[in-house]
Formats: sequence, C-alpha cells, structure tokens
Amino acid sequence: MIDKKIIEELVQILGKDNVLTSKAERICYSYDATQQSFLPEVILQPGSTEEIALVMKLANRELIPVFPRGAGSGFTGGSLPTKGGIVLCTEQMDQILEIDEENLVATVEPGVVTERFQKAVEKVGLFYPPDPASLKFSTLGGNVAECAGGPRCVKYGVTKDFIIGLEVVTPTGDIITTGGPTMKGVVGYDLTKLLCGSEGTLGIITRIVIKLLPLPEAKKTMLVLFDSIDGAAQAVSAITRNKIIPTTLEFMDGRTIECVRQATDLDLPEAAQAVLIIEVDGDREFLDKQVNRIAEIIKPLGVVETRIATTPEESEALWQIRRSVSASLRKVNPDKFNEDICVPRSKVPEMIRKVDAIADKYQIPIVNFGHAGDGNIHVNIMVNKKVSGDIMKAEGAIKDVFKATLELGGTMSGEHGVGIAKAPYIPLEITPIAAEYMKAIKKALDPNNILNPGKIFLDSLED
Amino acid sequence: MAKLKKLEDYRDEIERCVKCGACRAHCPAFDAERREGRVARGKIALANSILEGEVGLEPKVLEDLSQCLLCGSCCAGCPNKVHTEDIVAAARRQIAEERGLSTFGKGVATVLGRPKLMNLLAKSGGSLSSILFKKLPKNSGLNLRFPAPYLEKGRTLPPITAKPFRERVPEVIPGDSQQPTVLFFTGCGINYMYPAVGEAFLNALNFLGVTVIVPKDQACCGLPAVSAGATKTIESLADQNLAAINRHNFDYIVTACASCNSGLGNIYAEMGDEFKEMSAKVMDIFVFLARHGLPEKLEALPKSEQRIKVTYHDPCHLRNQGITKEPRQILKALPQVEFVEMPDAGTCCGLGGTYSVYHYEHTKRIAARKAGNIESSGAELVATDCPGCIMQLQDGINHAEGTQRALHILELLAEALPE
Repeated sequence: MIDKKIIEELVQILGKDNVLTSKAERICYSYDATQQSFLPEVILQPGSTEEIALVMKLANRELIPVFPRGAGSGFTGGSLPTKGGIVLCTEQMDQILEIDEENLVATVEPGVVTERFQKAVEKVGLFYPPDPASLKFSTLGGNVAECAGGPRCVKYGVTKDFIIGLEVVTPTGDIITTGGPTMKGVVGYDLTKLLCGSEGTLGIITRIVIKLLPLPEAKKTMLVLFDSIDGAAQAVSAITRNKIIPTTLEFMDGRTIECVRQATDLDLPEAAQAVLIIEVDGDREFLDKQVNRIAEIIKPLGVVETRIATTPEESEALWQIRRSVSASLRKVNPDKFNEDICVPRSKVPEMIRKVDAIADKYQIPIVNFGHAGDGNIHVNIMVNKKVSGDIMKAEGAIKDVFKATLELGGTMSGEHGVGIAKAPYIPLEITPIAAEYMKAIKKALDPNNILNPGKIFLDSLED
Repeated sequence: MAKLKKLEDYRDEIERCVKCGACRAHCPAFDAERREGRVARGKIALANSILEGEVGLEPKVLEDLSQCLLCGSCCAGCPNKVHTEDIVAAARRQIAEERGLSTFGKGVATVLGRPKLMNLLAKSGGSLSSILFKKLPKNSGLNLRFPAPYLEKGRTLPPITAKPFRERVPEVIPGDSQQPTVLFFTGCGINYMYPAVGEAFLNALNFLGVTVIVPKDQACCGLPAVSAGATKTIESLADQNLAAINRHNFDYIVTACASCNSGLGNIYAEMGDEFKEMSAKVMDIFVFLARHGLPEKLEALPKSEQRIKVTYHDPCHLRNQGITKEPRQILKALPQVEFVEMPDAGTCCGLGGTYSVYHYEHTKRIAARKAGNIESSGAELVATDCPGCIMQLQDGINHAEGTQRALHILELLAEALPE
C-alpha cells in the first residue's frame, strides 16, 4: 500500500508532474497488448538514472513492487502491474546521446522509439537491423528487456546481438554499467547478455550501448507463390543450403492467404497455398544476381508465380500483402491468441502440419505466418471470446502447440518473451533444475523480489 | 430529425481496440507529451471507464479527452481500424450534456448555429470582431490576433471578407445541359475567409460546362461543433442543411473543404436514414474534376517555361477517406506547377477544431514540424484542399519564419484556366 507519505517522497524525487496518481491516469497504465489489465497505485515518469535509483531504494525500504514499462506494447504482459504498486515508465528518457561514426557505436536512453533510432543512424549511413513489427512505437529499452526480434533477424540476429553495453539500476537501487563501447570484452560475467531478454526482472535499463553496421546500399524484394507449404519450406532450406542468407524470409500459410484474399483486393491466385516474401540487401549490382539465383534455385519447388519488385513502390506493394495479414485475421474471428513459437528452420513444414492437426482436433481456426528464415512462426489461434467454450479450446490448443514445438526441438517464444502469458507453460520447456538456477540469480540480485515480481515464473519468490 | 449516436452506442467499437499501441506512432497530440491519456489507446480506455462507471467526468479525464484533434490519424494506422475520433467526439457530447458546454464551446455553438449572426459578424468591419476575434494593429495584411484567454496571442488568421461569397454569386449558375448539375456546399471557410476559392471553384466548373447551384440558405456543416461536443447545434445544422439541399435537383454535392466533405459525407450519414441519400452524393471537388476529364484538359495546355514549386498537404478528412491521388493528379497537371512531395504530407497540420484553441502551444509544435517538412521540400507554395488547413499551415509557416504561402489548389487552378 502506497500511502500519502510515500507519494510525497516520490514527488520530492521526481517532481509533481512525474508522479501520476489519479484513477484516470492509473487506468491508462493498467494494460499492454495482452488485453489484460491490472491497476497500479502510482505511475512514475523519471527523467534520470539517479531518480530511478532513489525510487528503487525507496521501494526496497517500503517493499513496494516496481514494474518497468516502455511503450506498453508487449504481447506477454511483461510490463503489467500484476501486484499493483509502481509502474515506472522509462519513455520520458528518450535522448539519442551519441552516434559514434568512427567506432560504429551509438548510446541511447531507453525511451527512444526504435524507428526513430533507425532513421537517425541511417541518416549517417549506418544500420541498426532489429526490426520488431512494433518498431514504429516500441522503445529500445523495451526491445532490450524482451530481446525483440523481427523479419531481418534471419541475416542479422536479434536485439541482443547488437547490444554491447548497458547502464542499469539494480533491483536494490545501485547503478552499474555492463560491457561498453568495445567490440571485444571478456572481463567478468557477461551481464549484458543476461539482462537482454530478462523481461525487466533483473534491473532497469537506463542507458544502452548499441553496435551498428554500415547501411547496405540497396535492397530488393521478391514475392513467390507456391502451390504448397512444403514447396515454400523446401525453398527456405534450398536457399540456405546454397549459402545465401536473405535479409528476410517471411512466409504465409494457405489459411493466411485465404484471410488476405477475403479482406482485401490484393492479387493472390487461388493456386497459391503458401507465400514467401524474400528480401536481399547489399551492393546494388550484387542484388540482381542474387535474386535471379534464388529464383532459379526454388523454381522446381512448386512455384506458381514469382514477382520481383523493380522500384521501392513495387517493393512496398509486395510487403503490403504481408502487412494486411493482421487486420484480415479479424474476418476469421474477433479475438486471437498470438503465439510466437520457434523451431529449427527445417522443421517449419512439419510444425505447420502439426498445427493444422491441432486446429482440426479443437475445431478452431489457426492461422500461421511469420519468419520462415529463422523458424519463428506466429501461430494465431482465432477465437470469439463471446462464444462459450472458445477460450477453453484455445487453451488446449496452445498447450498442444507448445508440446509439438518442443518435440521438434523448438522453443515456446522466439521474440515475445514469457511475461505472465507463457509463465504457466515454463515447466514444459525448462527443467526444474534449470529453473532453480535462474531463480537463484533473481534471488541474489533482488532479495526482496521488488522488481517486476510474478513474471516469467509463476511461483514467484516471495510465496 | 438528425440524431447523433451516444457514447453508449460505441461499445463494440471500443471493444475492438486490442491495446496494441500502434496509435502511439500516429497521434499528433500524443507526440507533444507522450502520456497514455493523450493517445487513442488511452482515450478508449477512459471512454470505456466512463461507460463502466469506473471514472466520473473528473478534470484529468476531461483534459485527456480534450487532447484529441479528431484527425483520425490513429484510425488510419490502427490494425483494427478503430474510429477513436468518433468515440472521443461522442464522449465530448456526453461531457457537454452532463457538464454543460465550455464557454468557448458555447461561443462556437452560438455563432455556428445562427448563420445570420455569422453574416453580421463578417460584415461588421470585416472581422468576426467582438465575440471571437479581436482585430489588432497588424504587421501584415493577414495578421489578426485572438483575444486571450481562449485564443492566444501571436496567431495569424486570414481577414474576414466584408461580403461573404454566397452573397456575391447567384444561386444558380447555368451550364451546358449535357453536363451534370452540381450543388456547391461552400462551408464557412470559403464563404467568410476565402471567397476567391469559391470563385475559382465556379470557374473550374464553368470551364467544364457544369451547372452549379449555391444554396443561399446552407449553414455550417457543424464540424467545429462536433469538436466542441455541441450535440444540439450539430443536429440542428444537419437538419437545416438537409432542408436547404433538398430544395434542389442535382447530381452531386461538391465540396472544396475536406472538413465539410467529411461532415456531410460521413457524419451526416450516421444521423438517420433521411441523410443517407444526400451523403452518398457528396464528392470532393478534385475527385469530381478528375472524374470529369480535367487532368487531360490541363495536360493539353502548354507548360509554362518558369514553373513554381508546389507541394501538397493531405487534409486529414480526405486522407482518411483514401482521397490522396486526385488532388495531386490535378496539381501535377497544372501548366505552371512543378510538383514536389514533402515528407509526411499526410500528417495532421494541428488545427483539429477546438483543439487548437485549447491547446495552442501543442498546436504550434505540430505545425512547426509541418513547416519544417514544407521547407525541406523546397516548395514555394503549399497547396491543400481545406480552408482550415490553409489557415493553420500559414500560421505554422509564419511562426517558423518561412517564406512559403499556403493556398487552395483551386486558386492555382484558376490561374491556369483560360479566361
């Protein structure tokens, strides 16, 4: 319980305007993209690392839970204030502090919106590849905390592959830095990697050191329609077997194509049962050659049609097909559970077949699309929450999907994290001993279990 | 009788918001402060809480709901196409109903609801004078200032014409009997501030041989009242306009103001069956001109040797209807124009009805960004299709100390057409 005295203390630390307590404001910070909602007691909008450290000290003294939050766009409830307490927003700390063109390194505050950062570095010919679907509004702090992915990860890797240093406020209110602006560094444990994807349970990220690449000169997009999902999956394997790693390799299954067909007037012939959107980047003269080579490799694999964009507008038109998926799914059913499982790339067709069987078993539509290049499939279980029994069916289907994923050597989450949405399923993937190992780290760093309690693991430590 | 929907009627629309946060990337009001209450997702949560009785109409709620330009940018960028602008407008009506209209809202309702008063104000010394605007010594021919506290200092406004457009022209301007008949819904901007745009409208349609009807008794479309939450004013204006329009026979109702286009074409359509037929006939001037062969006729004119660089600003009320191609098509076809695209041409200019009155500082920030984009395009002129946007764009440019001029595409068209 946060009493008046504590609020006064918080106001002293942060100033009146940055301590929000009205019911209206609390409602506005009670949700994220999971569509669940928990009312916090107070929202803080700190402007500096030092303020956050003071808040954490106070929270430890008074045993108040603190829930860090970026843009609140997560899909697994990682930032939800499940136990009331404090929502601590880092989005007011939104300065790009430095773009070091000599060392190809940038330093930013956590509240910088991902796309803004990408545009800023691209202006000087540099490149930050991670591109989560939410890049226009999610913050870099949130991306690091959840280790966000995106279509370009096939070639470049995920967020953690670009984070080389952090400044962090520890759960007990100390300020530490990890890693730094050097490409190499092996002194001590790699806390940077530990914190990337720790879902805000081990520290509050207050500064991020990011490795950059030179901006590729150009990119080229192609859309390939296949007569079966197997053809598309074999194409993915064939491309990689031929030592070509495209920037992106997005796929849509037959059900997804059907949704898009029904919801838009985009041109997708009936014979198309799977789609791959393939993009390559690099030197201009090299791209035509690479695209033609890909077209040749995949030709025998049931290709219905290949479209190659020759202008940015044509490329945009091809991507439009992929972008229209989300909205078109609503035609199937109003509500969805979006799971982001990841399997070894070669197992994608087998996984899709298993998901189709699960859809049949529960008599519930399941639509698959995602990042074929890295085996990350967005399994969308479409339900109508108003229809009784639909949620039960979805829960059964989700569990079956996770089991099938793990049987194929995959993981339950490629990029959304665990949060509260996947916490019940953790024992399916992580053995009790490995879970204890992880919890020991949490306990050592956050003895009072103040920071983002109840996330990742169901049996939170204070119980 | 016109009947607007209640907040209660938007429950399904509210439920369709999945709180993904995509609106954060598109909301100009959110961009100014970055707080959840300012963005569509937050406003929908608040609207829902009002319906559920979880919050009353307390100051924080009112403040957040006032922070919306009703520009629809969030809806354009929303994966589920949730119309937050309609939800906020309905919430404002409920607020006005329960708490009464704000003082400024009352002013808006009084003036808009009484066309005679508007005419009188326009005639009294060429300004809307005592009730809303106060004419101060001007630095240039265009500088007027709003009196505090509702209208803050330093705002540039166009002069109010001494003789409104509709009083300058006959009610029917006959054309070729083979051509369609158009009813010109002028809107207040053209009638009182930009009569030259109205004249250019008539020239363009005359050039195509189109018969034009300009009903004298048409009223304001009511959009400023939508922004203020003045339910009765909007409903009564809709009834007045329906009666004025139904007196005539015509093929299309054509507008040269994006807001009027949306008001008549979209908002009225929701107000009862008797409006549906009328709303279906509403068409933007450039859509009309493009469909009736004007671009081809313009292309046939010899290109000027020295062309002027012009960029285009998409008014929200057209962009949201997907009308982005036709205005550009006409601009590009003009013989004296070299068209250049500016960055983010589709983002709101920042006017947003009463928003810019209550939140002028935020408005200025939004307009400053727009002015920067106009500057970076290298254009000398920024053309658009909405008098409200023209006013706001010019204000933004003036604050940024830019040299560009904002004008209606019709003004450029008038220059190009043969006498």
